[in-house]
Amino acid sequence: PCSTHCCTPPGAAPTMNCRAEVLEVSVEGRQVEEAMLAVLHTILLHRSTGKFHYKKEGTYSIGTVGTQDVDCDFIDFAYVRVSSEELDRALRKAVGEFKDALRNSGSDGMGQISLEFYQKKKSRWPFSDECIPWELWTIKVNVVNLANEQERQICREKVGEKLCEKIINIVEVMNRHEYLPKMPTQSEVDNVFDTSLKDVQPYLYKISYQITDSLGTSVTTTMRRLIKDTLAL
Amino acid sequence: AMDTDLSSQDRKDLDKFIKFFALKTVQVIVQARLGEKICTRSSSSPTGSDWFNLAIKDIPEVTHEAKKALAGQLPAVGRSMCVEISLKTSEGDSMELEIWCLEMNEKCDKEIKVSYTVYNRLSLLLKSLLAITRVTPAYRLSRKQGHEYVILYRIYFGEVQLSGLGEGFQTVRVGTVGTPVGTITLSCAYRINLAFMSTRQFERTPPIMGIIIDHFVDRPYPSSSPMHPCNYRAGEDNGAVYPSVEDSQEVCTTSFSTSPPSQCVFTVTKAHFQTPPPVVTDTLKVPVMGLAFSHQLSSSRLSYQPAALGVGSADMGYPVLFGGLNAAHPHQLIGPGKEGGVPPIPSQPAHGTQADQERMCTPLDGVHYSAATPSSSEDTETVSNSSEGKCGSPHDLLETIFIRKVGAFVNKPINQVTMANLDIPFAMFAPKNVELEDNDTMVNPPDSPDTESPLQGSLHSEGSSGSSTGNTHDDFVMIDFKPAFSKDDILPMDLGTFYREFQNPPQLSSLSIDIGAQSMAEDLDSLPEKLAVHEKNVKEFDAFVETLQ
Repeated sequence: PCSTHCCTPPGAAPTMNCRAEVLEVSVEGRQVEEAMLAVLHTILLHRSTGKFHYKKEGTYSIGTVGTQDVDCDFIDFAYVRVSSEELDRALRKAVGEFKDALRNSGSDGMGQISLEFYQKKKSRWPFSDECIPWELWTIKVNVVNLANEQERQICREKVGEKLCEKIINIVEVMNRHEYLPKMPTQSEVDNVFDTSLKDVQPYLYKISYQITDSLGTSVTTTMRRLIKDTLAL
Repeated sequence: AMDTDLSSQDRKDLDKFIKFFALKTVQVIVQARLGEKICTRSSSSPTGSDWFNLAIKDIPEVTHEAKKALAGQLPAVGRSMCVEISLKTSEGDSMELEIWCLEMNEKCDKEIKVSYTVYNRLSLLLKSLLAITRVTPAYRLSRKQGHEYVILYRIYFGEVQLSGLGEGFQTVRVGTVGTPVGTITLSCAYRINLAFMSTRQFERTPPIMGIIIDHFVDRPYPSSSPMHPCNYRAGEDNGAVYPSVEDSQEVCTTSFSTSPPSQCVFTVTKAHFQTPPPVVTDTLKVPVMGLAFSHQLSSSRLSYQPAALGVGSADMGYPVLFGGLNAAHPHQLIGPGKEGGVPPIPSQPAHGTQADQERMCTPLDGVHYSAATPSSSEDTETVSNSSEGKCGSPHDLLETIFIRKVGAFVNKPINQVTMANLDIPFAMFAPKNVELEDNDTMVNPPDSPDTESPLQGSLHSEGSSGSSTGNTHDDFVMIDFKPAFSKDDILPMDLGTFYREFQNPPQLSSLSIDIGAQSMAEDLDSLPEKLAVHEKNVKEFDAFVETLQ
């Protein structure tokens, strides 16, 4: 298991060789969840493969990834996600916590949610394993309050358009074909991929978030572990 | 140096990858414009038939069109595969919305591993395509198609033609994959001047009465390659129309190797597929899976004149039966028109009572439908007997049968409703059989018939068996009703039986003219009163409207 401080400490700059992308969105409170899910699912669509099945002689075959359309209720927008209920649940849990934290922080909701892909590097005892991030996505969220129904309707459309732009941005990054971890051997696969899901295999990832209060200072920093690895303690 | 040249096995693999990538690209694009949400399942065990490790269904007709366009070639420099997405309104206006281009440029990446890196990057590119197809403006338009317009696709191979997209079109790049023979690029050019096509405009027009006119369309398409509507679905077992080209049955079982890292084992095996069920012929394609429309069209939709639509053979909808049925009451066919109403279409008389016939009709534009007509049967007698001498002019002898498509909230699979233009206002909203005298269902509304033998029933819903709508003309003799296709996997019966069986459901009582006319009259009477009340409250209304500004 990965120790708590093996990865980039919150607030610190990303380590070298970890590419970082930042997206910003302004949304109404009720749109936060759907907007975050749309972005996170789009990223994970590109960063998940089918399950690996290792065979003899070091060869492996790859399972099939299904996809499905998701319509948003509060945004004029639809996106594609991987067909995996486990993955969807994990993302919804994280996004739900983020949304609650935003709401509880006061009306000037500003915060960011981060999706980090990392590799594990095993170390010898007594040193704990290292987590080396190789890609970090940060989504900065600004929650707006709207006065009337007409503004809300406009917001539905505008946020939909903005999310379309974000999807295009994400795809651009994915298309650069920059560093991806090497395909692992069977013994190494858990250092690269999250093999705990039964139908798909995303790269190892973790989601964290920060809430900024109206003064611009960071109030809470929370690390949440959304994969089955338990904290080493 | 020689050792960087592509081995022949690699070359073969690469060509195969590119070919199947092209086919899957077309599937993703067309499926994204069907107007429905797509959902496929993940499978942890590789089935061996999912190219690029993605579950992307293959609509057989789409594959066929793509292969036809490619004609055995692969995208190369100057030879791009293009999928054109356009919109066609019920009035016949059409507009190109997007061109998706799969191109190859000369920039080669000799170092890249074909069976490994290229394959995985093509998979990634398909995922990007899945994502991008949902964010261009045409996606939202295609989700709302059906009422006023449909989305069509056309595949061509060669030079990209962007001129139909209007000024100021935008492009989005989906991605690129370098290969030893060139760089594959996938992009989309899309029209942005959709101002007059905003989806909201279409949402404001309510469907009329929840009646659908479905029809076979004989489609003469002038341009080089035919357009096809996106919104049909041919299920897997709905008939692979087209003879499967030998490699359509090839599956790609890719094994990857990690030791040594550069090794890759790639096997291709033939899968065993079932013999495809009977095919859909080209002229009479029916989207049997039109039931898939249902969740989009909860209140059904009004389709439009076939010729105006100009859409190809029946990809659009179900047959509509026009027919002269009653010599006694001259009336006009009400068809769909610009206001969303139904314009008159004259028709020739035809024997009107057999359930399973199509009729000759002459719609305004002169497109003719093939007719199969009823043979003399016991009903002929009844028909002749019940017909009276009052013949209207042949042009007026017409009854329109509208077939209601199964909506999401409709219990009966198909309801058939007839409409006639009577001398009452808003008659077109009150479909009605027009029959003679005691067969006149205005007087005696029909009971729900047992629909086991549509051959017995009249084309209008009938109460007692044998009661018919009365038509003297005996011009047409039905030879046989052979549907050109037969398998429908929604219901366990062949299409011919289905068609016959569901042709004559009873008319909805709420649609019968007397009730309709009655309440209409009541409504009209109460109007002055209601207006007075509203006028009194005009200030309140104004204030309300203010808050919406």
